[in-house]
Amino acid sequence: MAMHRFLMAAGLLASAFAVPGMAVAEEAANGHGPVIEAQEWSFAPPFGGFKQGQLQRGYRVYKDICASCHSMRFLSFRNLAEVGGPHFSPAAVEMLASQVQVTDGPDAKGEMFQRPGRPSDRFPSRFANDEAARAANNGALPPDLSLMAKARAGGADYLYALLTGYQQAPAGFDLTQGMQYNTAFAGHQIAMPNPLVDGIVPYTDGTEPTVDNYAKDVSAFLMWSAEPTLEERHKVGARVMIFLFVFAFIMFLAKRAVWERLHRRDHSHTA
Amino acid sequence: MAHPSTYQPTSGFGKWIDTRLPFPRVVHDQFMVFPTPRNLNYWWTFGGILTFMLVLQMMTGIVLAMHYVPSADGAFDSVEKIMRDVNWGWLLRYAHAVGASMFFVAVFIHTFRGLYYGSYKAPREVLWILGVLILLLMIATAFMGYSLVWGQMSFWAVTVITNLFSSLDSLIPGLGTTLVEWIWGGFAVGGPTLNRLYSLHYLLPFVIAGVVMLHIWALHVPGNNNPTGVDVKTERDTIPFHPYYSIKDGFAIVLFLIVFAALLFYVPNYLSHPDNYIPANPLQTPPHIVPEWYFLPFYAILRAIPSKLFGVIGMLGAIAVLFIVPWLDTSRIRSTSYRPIYKWFFWLFVITCIALGYLGAQAPDGWYLFFGRAFTIYYFAFFLLIMPIVGLIERPKKLPGSITQSVLGSQASKPPSPPPPGPDDREGLA
Repeated sequence: MAMHRFLMAAGLLASAFAVPGMAVAEEAANGHGPVIEAQEWSFAPPFGGFKQGQLQRGYRVYKDICASCHSMRFLSFRNLAEVGGPHFSPAAVEMLASQVQVTDGPDAKGEMFQRPGRPSDRFPSRFANDEAARAANNGALPPDLSLMAKARAGGADYLYALLTGYQQAPAGFDLTQGMQYNTAFAGHQIAMPNPLVDGIVPYTDGTEPTVDNYAKDVSAFLMWSAEPTLEERHKVGARVMIFLFVFAFIMFLAKRAVWERLHRRDHSHTA
Repeated sequence: MAHPSTYQPTSGFGKWIDTRLPFPRVVHDQFMVFPTPRNLNYWWTFGGILTFMLVLQMMTGIVLAMHYVPSADGAFDSVEKIMRDVNWGWLLRYAHAVGASMFFVAVFIHTFRGLYYGSYKAPREVLWILGVLILLLMIATAFMGYSLVWGQMSFWAVTVITNLFSSLDSLIPGLGTTLVEWIWGGFAVGGPTLNRLYSLHYLLPFVIAGVVMLHIWALHVPGNNNPTGVDVKTERDTIPFHPYYSIKDGFAIVLFLIVFAALLFYVPNYLSHPDNYIPANPLQTPPHIVPEWYFLPFYAILRAIPSKLFGVIGMLGAIAVLFIVPWLDTSRIRSTSYRPIYKWFFWLFVITCIALGYLGAQAPDGWYLFFGRAFTIYYFAFFLLIMPIVGLIERPKKLPGSITQSVLGSQASKPPSPPPPGPDDREGLA
């Protein structure tokens, strides 16, 4: 029985070399998904931290592009001022927040009202609820992005691969109407249209406004939003590790000194 | 080891309390001068490490519970609030989550150590049984704790595991379904389920702490086993627990903490599943539902057995069989170091457990299923066939005459020696 399955798998593998479309089907069927290439990130452990400029650019890409469909419900404008994050100035955060209209209330008359946003407000969501989001997106639900960099295997590498993975579907690939071909997405059919085009978001700090940079910057931004304490964690970690290594060395010496008494006794007695 | 008390209260208060609640006497007799075999290796430090981990898990857990919201709507968001807005919340939560993994690393090593050195054999059967009971309670507690995050993996793990009880329907129709609905508090996993899991997750660690006390009590009656498996014969075979083993355990705990801290500070999510950062969604099943790594061997056994009911029995049996290990092992000697045949079977068993762990994370088909079944058969054959049979036919290697002889060689058997230096005897030795 197991032998039979093995032969079937071998046959499938053999035919995969013949038909590229089959290779894709096989790859998706084994459940491991496409291979994601690792990128170099400033925030890699053990000592890495975020680049403030990159997070600020990444926020810009999120706000101008991603936010037109995706919410980030765990983030507030005040978070943008955090050290170890984009670290915008308080004035800039006030300004960014005040650009959105927030429904507040009820007021003394029991009515809801609109007011400009404050730093304590959450990032606005484009859609009132999931159903509205689906209705506007051909039935697909754009997921919340707050934790996206931790909610997918591969993390920031995966996000970068996805955003730069849009291609023409290979010949013979059965692409469903309204779907896009993406090399990084499991099954290679994604409902999200290619969001990034060179020059679509203006950069003011001299960084090249290319898809590659957009994808890198917004992936780094999403890593920060998923793990806003990453930099602090690495810093505390370094101190804790130094402490533990010193402590371990002292404990080693203490242990040796104590057991030395026992060895001395054995030695003096047997000599 | 049962030994006459040497405690002498010196202060007035010491004498007063000694005749009312002799707690200082117990500490002195059981944790200071307690006679401990002098040859315990570093595998023996995991008992201390486990005690440390239990206390740490309880401390981080109690503070986390102050911020956690046990409701289907609030649980996931409250965990994120802990991560983002609670002072040092990220440290508490990662310490608790990674700590659970480290707890299992330690308990698995501790259990394998007991198996290898025959620490379950007479007169330590009760000690061993209490240990297996602690392992069982730990599994229940960890499972419930993982569910509290209320992410996709939490939700679907609860769904899969609680649904296992429905296999009882094949014994008495309706029994399993009724039981499962009673556990859920409804007709599906939901808010009421989360509330009871939370309540029990808070309760069980205190039950564990109680059984740990019994475990230590049961240890202190016969005293420690040791790497030779030879009983303590003279006073010279032992040294006082303090300072020799308090310092050795302390050193081991610090080494253990280095590994713990490396995971915690640099790759805190390495041992968990990305899907658990997606909020629970009853309408969307993840493509692969996998439990936490420490349950994977048991999960592999569950899926290796074709019938659902027998799969559940097999999974529970994998733990239950440990309870009767003291009576399955027919060997005359304890330590595997002196058992030339059994040694090979033991290490094959260790490989089997690791292999089952790997297979538990794979889809159960093709060769994965084949090997899952092969290793499941060996898992049970090791206990039910190899332990009784090898013990009867094997000729063990020659044991050392005494613990002291195993440490110092044969010259040690010559003269009797003064009692070992204790905590109050520092100067006399120099």
